[in-house]
Amino acid sequence: MQISIQLNGKKITEEIRPDLLLIDWVRQHGCYSVKCGCETSNCGLCTVFLDEKPVLSCSILAARADGRKVDTLEGLKEEAEEFGAFIADQGAEQCGFCNPGMIMNAIALFREIADPTDDEIKEYLAGNLCRCSGYEGQLRGIRAFIEYRKKGGAVCDK
Amino acid sequence: MRQVGQPIRKKDAMALVTGQPVFTDDMAPKDCLIVKVLRSPHANALIKSIKTDIAKKVPGIEDIYTWEDVPQERFTMAGQTYPEPSPYDRLILDRHVRYVGDPVAIVAGERELCVDRALKMIKVEYEVLPAILDLHGAKDNAVLVHPEESWRSLCPVGADNKRNLCASETSGTGDVDQVLADCDVVLERTYRVQAAQQAMMETFRTACYIDAYGRLNVMSSTQIVFHVRRILSNALGIPKSKIRAFKPRIGGGFGAKQTVVSEVFPAFVTWKTKKPSKMVFTREESQTASTPRHEMEVTVKVGADRDGKVRALDVYTLSNTGAYGEHGPTTVGLSGHKSIPLYGSLEAHRFSYDVVYTNVMSAGAYRGYGATQGIFAVESAVNELADKLGMDPVELRMKNMVREGQFMPAYYGETATSCALDRCMKRAKEMIGWEEKYPCRDMGNGKVRSVGVAMGMQGSCISGVDVGSATIKLNEDGIYTLSIGAADMGTGCDTILAQIAAQSLECPVENVTVSGADTDTSPYDSGSYASSTTYVTGRAVERACETLKERIVQRAAEMLECSSDDLEFDGQRARNLSTGEEVSIEEIGTASMCGNNVALQVTESNSSPVSPPPFMVGMVEIELDKETGHVEILDYVAVVDCGTVVNPNLARVQVEGGIVQGIGMALYEQIQYNEKGQMLNNSLMQYKVPTRLDMGKLRVEFESSYEPTGPFGAKSIGEIVINTPAPALIHAIANATGIWFGQLPVTSEKIAMGILERCE
Ligand code: FES
Ligand code: FES
Repeated sequence: MQISIQLNGKKITEEIRPDLLLIDWVRQHGCYSVKCGCETSNCGLCTVFLDEKPVLSCSILAARADGRKVDTLEGLKEEAEEFGAFIADQGAEQCGFCNPGMIMNAIALFREIADPTDDEIKEYLAGNLCRCSGYEGQLRGIRAFIEYRKKGGAVCDK
Repeated sequence: MRQVGQPIRKKDAMALVTGQPVFTDDMAPKDCLIVKVLRSPHANALIKSIKTDIAKKVPGIEDIYTWEDVPQERFTMAGQTYPEPSPYDRLILDRHVRYVGDPVAIVAGERELCVDRALKMIKVEYEVLPAILDLHGAKDNAVLVHPEESWRSLCPVGADNKRNLCASETSGTGDVDQVLADCDVVLERTYRVQAAQQAMMETFRTACYIDAYGRLNVMSSTQIVFHVRRILSNALGIPKSKIRAFKPRIGGGFGAKQTVVSEVFPAFVTWKTKKPSKMVFTREESQTASTPRHEMEVTVKVGADRDGKVRALDVYTLSNTGAYGEHGPTTVGLSGHKSIPLYGSLEAHRFSYDVVYTNVMSAGAYRGYGATQGIFAVESAVNELADKLGMDPVELRMKNMVREGQFMPAYYGETATSCALDRCMKRAKEMIGWEEKYPCRDMGNGKVRSVGVAMGMQGSCISGVDVGSATIKLNEDGIYTLSIGAADMGTGCDTILAQIAAQSLECPVENVTVSGADTDTSPYDSGSYASSTTYVTGRAVERACETLKERIVQRAAEMLECSSDDLEFDGQRARNLSTGEEVSIEEIGTASMCGNNVALQVTESNSSPVSPPPFMVGMVEIELDKETGHVEILDYVAVVDCGTVVNPNLARVQVEGGIVQGIGMALYEQIQYNEKGQMLNNSLMQYKVPTRLDMGKLRVEFESSYEPTGPFGAKSIGEIVINTPAPALIHAIANATGIWFGQLPVTSEKIAMGILERCE
């Protein structure tokens, strides 16, 4: 079947098999930030934005994205760098395998809730597993970023 | 210029947080063959016949291999120094399959779809044999997991395949039975620690290709590149000189990647076909056909006087290595050697064990490596002893714990040259408010708040065995290249080793570039395990830098035409003390490229005769719901003595990550099989690892000591951090409910049922 998706701002029209998963499609197009950690919609590593909303790309067919907008971390480079630096300053990126998915959801969180509480942060990101960091470091990084954003503009505010 | 002790950002941090393609599957050749294996549906069976001809006709299939196509020399997949204590009990494919998930055939094809199709079309006829699924009764069972004559054990570890024994031993000092008989109180308890999965986020994966020299290149997500080379050489029966193993970024390891898991299959395919190939384990495969923690049953006898002096410890461990013996003979040792010595002035101790084969997935290395199981048992027994004596368990420990300078007969006869365990205990007690909170407070709403405590220790390497090496080179512009064979799996060792180099060479850490873990270019390193990287390889880095400095001074002396005794080098400049003339490090680096006879490149190795333990105290406060059995962690405090803390940020995150894994293991993570030996929780849907809603609040502090044999006083940190949550939590649960659980995980269900039974 033919689909047409706007991936990170670029329109791609092509033939695909109807059972192709969105995660496989974005990786085929060089978006390697999108990782598979579980195949069962439990880990959040494969998070991408579908029309600006975070979705699990392992659990959605590429065909479902036909005519829509898909964004991965590759398309959010500035935001990823700006926020990621705060995670890095805590040493909370450890192996880094879970980070793209977590950062996608964190960006979604920052867009949705201006000044989230710790509980809101934890709840919003509950679906993003991390086996290395123990989560505390990520929370510290997120808190530091929110403080920084309060003090001045950040890319995420755009 | 201080680099050691600074919270420096990891060198690869920004690549990781921006999702760069730095992991194995991101970098695998794009047109490579996809490799998958057909797995056994039976726990114990012989393959009577296997038909692949129809499957081979599927368009896109390159080839299919069965047990008849692979070399018949047995090997082990354990990443250990040769000669490995783990038995040589594997073939790439065996006619005898020994657990549900054991590989039966290898399929290689152009795309995943055709490979999946072919897998379904292979016809196998099995002769199903009776299986041993329980570790009790496995020893001397009539059913043999490894009846084959070609089984062999390279080291005297008490192994005997004709008895289903992978290892056995007894050691000790003093007459334990006599001392126990003389004690006022003797407590005997048996504890069971379940098999648990490392569950790193990146599953096992390997990509292979043949290079211009006809050599097999293996890129794998592994902690042990040099062992991978040897294991592949053993498995494929090809010379080591024909193999290169290297690793890109690793998406977590925790010991899982200290064993060869996915490597042999694509390596075999590429060697046969000379075409690039890759194998990426699914999560289900990672759950069902990998190497989780050894299930162990630990029986502890502890004897003490009425006033709380602990006089004797007797520990017996029964360990389940599963279908193959990877790390079986070595993990078990830590269950006694790293739990008994926590108690400093025992009059006698004994430690014995049996490691048995069964027909479940093979166990392997997992953070803590047997110490976790042993410490859970001993620390739980001591907590119960304190209860029996009516003593505060913190007091009891202050009275008995090992102190700096003490000789540790149960720890290979080493001395605790650096030990801040007493200070860790005092600090943890303050942090959690032990005095006010111990043992519990009933909140009056069906909930109880209680606290629990445990201590832990680990090693800093495998003494006398592990080798770490470093090559450091001065380039033009005064920058350095550090080449290592240790594997950074997210712990940040690339950065930590660069810090150690920068500290030694008195330069900023940015001036040290790290490249690593490639058997062709890295100096030999036994790999990243046994918590040894900072301690063993770190010391090699320090040494290499010292020697390089001498060379730099030598070259500068030539440039300044004076003797090197007259020179002073401060990292930036070498100065002739008598004339005041100077050359900068940039000039020296550049000069090394023109008419130079002094190689400004140095390799040093390091091995340590001792393995100084890091120490730690963990205390937890929980709120337990008496109706549902739900345990909520309110606060977890950890105070760690890892010697000098090289990078406080990275050390802290290690501690936090380890504690959360420990919490998962204590409260809900477990591998379960049905009566056919099929795993029930083969996905992250059923196998629950902690989320950020489950871990409560963690607080970490360091009580530093100075370890004279470590680089700048450092000891290890990687593994010890997983050891305290289980005993501390089980203690807190006992303080809340009065029930002493001895079998992990202690789920809400078990607690609720336990409370019900008590009421009846
Ligand atoms: S891979 Fe999609 S949620 Fe885990
Ligand atoms: S950093 Fe490794 S899984 Fe999160």
